Amino acid sequence: MTVDDQQDASELMLPKYESAAGVHPPLDTQAYHSSRLRAPGRPLIPLPQRLTEITGPLLGPERVTPADADLTAGHVGEPLGERIIVSGRVLDSDGRPVPDTLIEIWQANASGRYLHHVDDHPAPLDPNFTGAGRCVTDSLGRYQFVTIKPGAYPWRNHYNAWRPAHIHFSLFGRAFTQRLVTQMYFPEDPLFALDPIFNSVPDPEARSRLIARFDIDLTQPDWALGYNWDIVLRGRTATLFEREQGI
Amino acid sequence: MSEGLTPSQTVGPFLSIGLPWADGPFVVPPDTPGSIVIEGTVLDGAGQPLPDALVETWQADPDGRFNHPDDPRGPAVAAGNFRGFGRSATDPDGNYRIVTFRPGPLPCPGGGTEAPHIDVSVFARGMLDRVVTRIYFPDEADANAADPVLASIADQGRKATLIAVPEAATQFRFDIRLQGEGETVFFDV
Repeated sequence: MTVDDQQDASELMLPKYESAAGVHPPLDTQAYHSSRLRAPGRPLIPLPQRLTEITGPLLGPERVTPADADLTAGHVGEPLGERIIVSGRVLDSDGRPVPDTLIEIWQANASGRYLHHVDDHPAPLDPNFTGAGRCVTDSLGRYQFVTIKPGAYPWRNHYNAWRPAHIHFSLFGRAFTQRLVTQMYFPEDPLFALDPIFNSVPDPEARSRLIARFDIDLTQPDWALGYNWDIVLRGRTATLFEREQGI
Repeated sequence: MSEGLTPSQTVGPFLSIGLPWADGPFVVPPDTPGSIVIEGTVLDGAGQPLPDALVETWQADPDGRFNHPDDPRGPAVAAGNFRGFGRSATDPDGNYRIVTFRPGPLPCPGGGTEAPHIDVSVFARGMLDRVVTRIYFPDEADANAADPVLASIADQGRKATLIAVPEAATQFRFDIRLQGEGETVFFDV
């Protein structure tokens, strides 16, 4: 069958993305107080995956320069803090790599302060750290950032509330269904048990997938500690076309 | 599934460090002939605007085509500077704004036609996952009446939350109410 033969709408065969049911946090997580006025009260309505949902922006190299993946560069001096390498792969749930996809990250500095007018945490800003990075995965779905380890910081959710150290990640994948914004955490953070955002993920196994792994092989001697973190996006179930072609 | 999915987490209050782009709102470059503006306010359950939200849009081009390898009809013909994707952080008054083309109608697998629409994701502090909605157009009554997604919403008042409001010939308003009276219809995709 050629592409032209598929013009007939009744012949449209589209990939189908697997459900994320039970993985993502409920929008109305009461322990996270900011959700109280921002979570929809009505049930979500099922949206069948059609052309708009199985396509998506393929944003890649045109939005990124190689320097964007090094958050310690681009300033007069080096930022304070523990230099780290964060690296991993973007996969879909079939284990297939997601190549050429844009990743955007942002984070607090080593003192736990964001370069943002809303952040009034009395910890120092760092003139050598902005805290935003971007990169595109390679042909095997791999990505790598150089940055500093962000600090924990207080917030006002409840008395003596502190967020565990984290880096915000934004990913597109290749379809609207795959869009994901999440946070990467660091191993064995004592704040995990107390954090309503981390604990908003209902399944402990899924929650653990938000935690990077210290990686001595990724660690560079006399320079930076390595953390490995793979990100898994919703995968496609095999289409009729793929089954016929054996791909 | 062989690999467990990575769960969503909120964008938090500081998304503006990492996510807004200077050209984000421009699905087509400013002042492109034939372009339209879609603007609106993101409101919480108390009717207060969200100054820290991010609105993203994804849509077909005016011919109803996508520049995407998974569209079995093949690549879009008149792509030009049309990106299909828009991204606008809300301003201090909760307003977002997108400059784009009107999308064309889309064939459905198995027959039928989807009315011209734009898929929307909303991210904000207080939201542990994005919410997804759709913008339809007020001057597409016949197409909207035949649209399978709109048809799946029985309540006329709720359905109306998905129809943009005309403000001028090439300008539409689409407010997004996250909760409470007039709550926008959100989808599970």
